[in-house]
Amino acid sequence: MISAFTPLLAHAADFAEGARPEDPSLWGWVLLLTPLLGALVIGLGYRVWSERAAGLIGTAAIFLAFGAALACLVQLLGMDPEERHILAGFTYAQAFGVDFRFDIYVDQLSVMMALIVTGVSSLIHLYSVAYMKSDMGYRRFFAYLNFFVFSMLLLVLAGNMLLLVIGWGFVGAASYLLISYWYRRSSATKAGAKAFVMNVIGDVALVIAAYLLWSELNTLTIPSLLANADDAFTVSPSATYTAIAFLLMIGAFAKSAQVPLQTWLPDAMEGPTPVSALIHAATMVTAGVYLICRMHPFIEISDAASITAATLGTATLLIAATTALVQTDLKRIIAYSTMSQIGYMIAGAAAAAYSASMFHLMTHAFFKALLFMAAGSVIGAMAGIQDVRRMGGFKKSMPFTYIVFTVGALTLAGFPLLSGFWSKDEIISYTLHRGGYFTVIAAGMYIGAILTAFYSMRAVFLVFHGDPSPEAKELEGGHIAHADPVNPATGELETTDVGFPGADHQIAEREGEMKVAMGTLAFLAIFAGLVQIPGVTAVIEHWLEPVFEDSRYHDSIPSYTAQWIGLGVGAIIAITGISIAYWAYIRKRGVTERWAERFPGVNAWLLNAWYFDWLYDRVFVRPVAAFAVFCNKVIERYVVDGIVTGTTSLVKDGAARVRTLQSGLARAYALTLIGGTIIIALYFVVVSK
Amino acid sequence: MNISWYIALSAVLFAIGAGGLVARRSPLVMLLCLEIMLNGANLSLVAFARMWGDGGGQIFALIVMVVAACEVVVGLGLIVALYRNRLPIDIDELDELKDPA
Repeated sequence: MISAFTPLLAHAADFAEGARPEDPSLWGWVLLLTPLLGALVIGLGYRVWSERAAGLIGTAAIFLAFGAALACLVQLLGMDPEERHILAGFTYAQAFGVDFRFDIYVDQLSVMMALIVTGVSSLIHLYSVAYMKSDMGYRRFFAYLNFFVFSMLLLVLAGNMLLLVIGWGFVGAASYLLISYWYRRSSATKAGAKAFVMNVIGDVALVIAAYLLWSELNTLTIPSLLANADDAFTVSPSATYTAIAFLLMIGAFAKSAQVPLQTWLPDAMEGPTPVSALIHAATMVTAGVYLICRMHPFIEISDAASITAATLGTATLLIAATTALVQTDLKRIIAYSTMSQIGYMIAGAAAAAYSASMFHLMTHAFFKALLFMAAGSVIGAMAGIQDVRRMGGFKKSMPFTYIVFTVGALTLAGFPLLSGFWSKDEIISYTLHRGGYFTVIAAGMYIGAILTAFYSMRAVFLVFHGDPSPEAKELEGGHIAHADPVNPATGELETTDVGFPGADHQIAEREGEMKVAMGTLAFLAIFAGLVQIPGVTAVIEHWLEPVFEDSRYHDSIPSYTAQWIGLGVGAIIAITGISIAYWAYIRKRGVTERWAERFPGVNAWLLNAWYFDWLYDRVFVRPVAAFAVFCNKVIERYVVDGIVTGTTSLVKDGAARVRTLQSGLARAYALTLIGGTIIIALYFVVVSK
Repeated sequence: MNISWYIALSAVLFAIGAGGLVARRSPLVMLLCLEIMLNGANLSLVAFARMWGDGGGQIFALIVMVVAACEVVVGLGLIVALYRNRLPIDIDELDELKDPA
C-alpha cells in the first residue's frame, strides 16, 4: 500500500523542492491531483474552514489545476508535433501476471479537454463563491465540486481503460451527489437517482467494452490500444469489434444524454445552477464526445456503429430542439439545448469530424456555461422561480445579464462570426462531405439549426423583453425580490435548514465574482471561434492532427469553398430562425399561444419531450415496480418468511415436546440416566456377539 | 484369583447403589447410595489395574475419590441448606424445576 504511493510522494516532494524539470509528467500529476487535494482539504476540514475559506480553497485549487493544464500545453508545444504524448505512472497492483497501472496519458486531445474542463470550472467555481453565498451547505458544495473536477480529469487523463472506467464512474457519482445536493427536496433526490441509474447503464457497457478490448488485444493502455487497432482489425473477426464499437457508443450515449438514454438530463436541472453549468452543460455530458474521439479507431471500424451513432445523435438533436421550443422552465430550455448541441457533436464525431466536434465541444462549453450562469442570475432575481412565463422585461433592470445572456443565446443560435457559428457549421460541412447517408444527417443538422436559433432567441425575448414582471420592476427600484422557500418544480413549501438553497437565495447580478466569470465566458463565446476559420486559421485542427491522423477519413476534408458555402447557409439559417423568433415573440407577441391552442396534441407532445419519460415509465419503471411488489408479497412473505418462521416454529414445537420430560423429580432423572446407560451397554453386548 | 469375582462384586455394589438411588427419597441416603456406586466403579478400576499390572486404573480410582469427596461436600451442603430453610427432606417434593405447563 505504502509502496504504491511512493511515486506520488516522490512527485509531491519534487514539487515542494521546486519541480524537477526532467520529469515530463510532473504537470500532468499536478493537474490531476490539485482538485483531489482541494476536495480532501475542504471535505475533511469542513469544521475548520469558514465558508469564505472553503470557497477560496476550492476555487484556488481549480485555478491551480488550470495553471498546470497550461503548463502541460506549454510543455507539449516545446516538443516535436509527432512526439507530443507523455504516458507516465506506476503499478499499483499485480495479479494473474498483469500489471494494473495508474497511468496518465497527456497528449494533444487530453490537454485540450483538460484545458476546457479546468478553464470553465475555475470560472464556475468563482461564480459559485457568490452564487451559493446564502446556502447552508456551502463547504459541502465546494468539496463535491472539486471532487467532480478531479473525477473528470481522471477520465480525461486516464492512461488505460481501467482508469477511464473509474473516472467515468466517479463523474457519475459526483453528478449524483450534486443533483441531489438539496437533499430535502424529494424531486432532487429522485432526479439524482435517475441520473445515476441511467449513467450506470453506460458504465456497464464501458466495462464490457474494456473487457472485450483486453481479450482481443491483451492490453488496456490507451496508446497501445490505438497503436494496435489497425493491425488487429485485419486479422480478427469483426463481430467482437462491432460489439466493442456499440458498447463504447452506449457508454458515450448514457453519459452524453443521447436518445434513448437522454431522459435524465432535464431532471438533472434540480441541482444548483452552477452545477448545471459545469456538469450538465460544459464538461461531464461532453465526456461521451471525448470518448468517441479518444477511441475513434474502434468506432470507425464498424460502419453500423458509426451510422447508428450519427442517426441517434441527429435524432437527439431534433427531439431535444423541438422539445426546447415549448418548454417553460428556463433551465430545462437550456438543458434541452445542451442535449441538442451534444447531438451535433456525437453525430459529427460519428461522421469522423473529430476536430470539428472537439472544436464545438469547446465553444459549447463556453456559451452554454455562460447561458446557465446568466440564467442563474435571472433565477436569483426571480427569487427561485424558473418559469419563463412569469418572467419578462429584465432588460432594463439587469443590463449586464441581458447582454451576456443574449451573447450566449446568439452564439447558440449560430449567429455569424460568433464562436458557435464557426464550430457548428464546421461539423455540418464535414458531415455533408462524407456523402451518402451522411447527407441525410447533415440535412437533419440544418433543420436543428433553425430550431436552435428559434428557441434560444425565444428564451431571450421571453425573459428580457416585453412588459417587466413584478420582480423586474422591484429590481429596477433596487430591491431584489424575496419569496417563500418553495420548490420551483412542484410548488411545495420547503424546510429551510440543511439541504435547501437558503431563504435569501437572491443575488441577481450584483456580485463581482459572478460578473467576472460571466464576462470572461462572454468574451470567449464571442471570440473563441476565431481560432478555427476555414482557410484562415486552423489552430485546433493542426493541434489535434497527430491524434486523428490514423483515422481512415483523415484525408477526406471538404474544400474551403464548400466550408464557406456551408458557413453562408448556416448564417442564413441562423438569421432566419432568429427573425422568426423575433416575429413570434416581439412583433406578434401571443401568436405562439394561439398555435398551442390550435394544436394541443403537438404542444403536449413537445411539452412532454416526445413522451420518453412516459414510455420508460410504462416499459421499465412500472413492470419493475410491479415485480418488486410481487416479490415482496409472494417471495418475501411466503418463501423467505416461510423458511425463517418455519425454522423458529420447528425449534419451538420441538422444545415444547422435550420440555415435558423435565418433571423436576431427581429420582426420575437418575432412573433415566441409569436405564439409558444399561440400554447402551446391552446394545454393545449384543453387537459384540 | 480370577478377575471375574472382582467385577461381579463391583457390579453388585453398583447395582445396589443404583437401586437405592432410585428407590429412596431421603437425600442423605441417596448420597450414600451414590458413594456405593462410585466405590463399585473404583473397585473395578483397581481390579483392572492389577490385572494389567500398571497404575493407570489406580490413578483413575484416586481421581474418582477426589470427585466423590467434592460431591459429598456439595451434597451435604445442600442438605444442610434444605434443613435450615425448613424445606422437606424429601427429594420428590423438591420439584421446583419442572416444566410449569
